[in-house]
Amino acid sequence: MEILPFLGMTLITVVLLNLLRRDAPEMAVMLSIGAGVIIFLRLVGRLTELVAAFNYLALRAKIDHLHLQTVLRVMGVAYLAGFGAQICRDAGESSLGIKLELAGKIIILFLAVPIMVAIMEMILRLL
Amino acid sequence: MKLKTGDGAKGGKAVPDINLIFKIAGVGILISVLNMVLKQAGKEEQAQMLTLVGVIVVLFMVIQLIQRLFTEVRAVFGL
Repeated sequence: MEILPFLGMTLITVVLLNLLRRDAPEMAVMLSIGAGVIIFLRLVGRLTELVAAFNYLALRAKIDHLHLQTVLRVMGVAYLAGFGAQICRDAGESSLGIKLELAGKIIILFLAVPIMVAIMEMILRLL
Repeated sequence: MKLKTGDGAKGGKAVPDINLIFKIAGVGILISVLNMVLKQAGKEEQAQMLTLVGVIVVLFMVIQLIQRLFTEVRAVFGL
């Protein structure tokens, strides 16, 4: 039942957010940022173990470490961009959030270029 | 290979918990109540200043949190 602390924390935060949203909207935005960051920081330990497990699997399967590294980086960029975009949307600035998501997509595409090049080279070698 | 479960308390640094949320919400409620009182007393400028101070105080807490978020994300995902 490891989900229960997260559930309780989220519900309490929702109640406090509704309380603050009316009188002090700027505090509500910062409270929602803080809650999101705290939930992530409580998950970091498990995430580290998961990444270690994936690294182990990649080592056993003799997959190039560069590829796994790229996948992890893409996950990190996607998480951060989504986090920021949701905060923007909560604060009523959805246009800025969409621009942040665009930046995330472009950066992910940029990170994926080495893998695309590797795939193209493999195809050309097979032909 | 066995997965360890547990919160991400690495290097003796305590994981921030619900207390920080209570702290931020408490400052917010206090500021909004004092704001109401000051507005009733006709001190609009002090109310504005009080709001500014509250935002700055909370911003300091949130900025420390965000800094930790960035270091952790950088460590985990290898950015």
